[in-house]
Amino acid sequence: MVANTTALALIQLGAVLFGLGLLGRIAARIGMSPIPLYLLGGLLFGNGGLVELHHVDEFIHLASEIGVILLLLLLGLEYNAAELVTGMRRSWPAGLVDIFLNATPGVLVALALGWGFTGAVTMAGVTYISSSGIVAKLLDELGRLGNRETPVILSILVFEDLVMAGYLPVLTAVLAGVSLLAGLQTLGVALLALTVVLVVALRFGRYVSALVASADNEIFLLKLLGCALLVAGVASSVQVSAAVGAFLLGIAISDSTAENATKILEPLRDLFAALFFVLFGLTTDPASIPPVLGWACLLAVVTTATKVGTGWWAAKRAGASRYGRVRAGTALVAHGEFSIVIAGLAVASGAVPIEFAALATTYVLLMAIVGPVAARVVEPILVWSDRRGVREA
Amino acid sequence: MNVEVTRLPGIGVRKDFPIKGLRRRIGVIDHKDGTIYLIVSKADNPEATDQIPLSATEAAVLANLLGAPQLVAQLREEHRELDGVNTRQFSILEGSPYDGRRLGETEMRTRTKASIVAIMRGGAVIPSPGPDFTFAAADLLVIVGTTEGLDAAARILTNG
Repeated sequence: MVANTTALALIQLGAVLFGLGLLGRIAARIGMSPIPLYLLGGLLFGNGGLVELHHVDEFIHLASEIGVILLLLLLGLEYNAAELVTGMRRSWPAGLVDIFLNATPGVLVALALGWGFTGAVTMAGVTYISSSGIVAKLLDELGRLGNRETPVILSILVFEDLVMAGYLPVLTAVLAGVSLLAGLQTLGVALLALTVVLVVALRFGRYVSALVASADNEIFLLKLLGCALLVAGVASSVQVSAAVGAFLLGIAISDSTAENATKILEPLRDLFAALFFVLFGLTTDPASIPPVLGWACLLAVVTTATKVGTGWWAAKRAGASRYGRVRAGTALVAHGEFSIVIAGLAVASGAVPIEFAALATTYVLLMAIVGPVAARVVEPILVWSDRRGVREA
Repeated sequence: MNVEVTRLPGIGVRKDFPIKGLRRRIGVIDHKDGTIYLIVSKADNPEATDQIPLSATEAAVLANLLGAPQLVAQLREEHRELDGVNTRQFSILEGSPYDGRRLGETEMRTRTKASIVAIMRGGAVIPSPGPDFTFAAADLLVIVGTTEGLDAAARILTNG
């Protein structure tokens, strides 16, 4: 019997992974991020979907936890402390505009749907955070890395990622339903940890790097993954959220160690993060989507406009032309992994209604598709309308 | 020349400078993963750029192409007073008879009276290479000699 269960679990897991591979291939073919397709895949195979999988639940559950930790760890590895500090200093006005314009729609919709304070805090995060992964890839693909407005976009992304480090512990506290005092305490711990990590990374980053570094890939991988899980576990046991712990560890590791770590962890992250997206889709009942579809579309339209507005304003401050401003605006539209990370935390805690997962999934699906499309078409449209304007005048 | 250095967080470092009189910029992006992008801003839209990803070898070849003429011009200028002495650049092409062989084997000095005074490799100058120096494809040789000597050197490098 036991052997049978194992066999079934292996077959199901294999089918899921192979299916994800096929979906990823389709995504690559049409030049989009695979995240929305993974979500769709999860929807198809989850509760109320075409086929229901039960034998791999436990594994996928733990795997998706690891997926979130790796997502944030690699995000931290992307940056070094100096970049974060200078990015923060340069972009804080744009960063604040970004928070205000893009968190507000989420809050309003959550309140309109009667999801209360908890729902509002969670939706604020979902609509606020752009996907730095999709955006960075988009800038590279569209050949805009050397553009004048690109540093502006990147520093807004840096700001958002840092805000995540402060926001996630607050979210975890709110979701756990702790009192205001305990919540503030958690935030205090997180901010203290962030400050300590930044200072340590700026001054003694090489010692942290030396601790995990190894010339042998196998040892390096074990030390790195072990460290990440340990730090994430400890962070989560003091309610700071495992993801933040991993992010901070990522920041503390620097230079060549960080580069090697990224190389060695990327395939692992892709594997576990894919399972995380699938799990999120799995736990979403497709039947709960139609009632929130209207809201999701509304949110998508509004936050596309507010993200474009944010980028426009920030690029204008940096002295970019109209073309640079629309390029910066549309580049920020794509949402993805981190909106789902936030929504995933909320769903796992059970503190939000069932429709929440449906709304978040639909919204991210829409934004992950609208973002790259908007970034591609807006400039040609502007050029075309300018030419027409010239001809008519 | 004022090279503008901009950090691109999570991507790398951009270094560029304006080209005089053209309202355009040219430069490179050092990508974290080691790729080098050559960037040139567009004439009709100077804030946008074309980016051309170069492998380490391609970047080195380009650096040779850009650096060698300058070196040659400088050497030419230095012995301008010496009549009959000239400087020229030659490249070791892929499949050249001396690709992978040592400088000594060309017997350049004995056969042509011309001397190999410098080699450009990977964008860097290797001054007065010894007879043990091993050539590789994409090396640029800077040779000083008489006009006849340089013609002979060209024949040796292409035909062996």
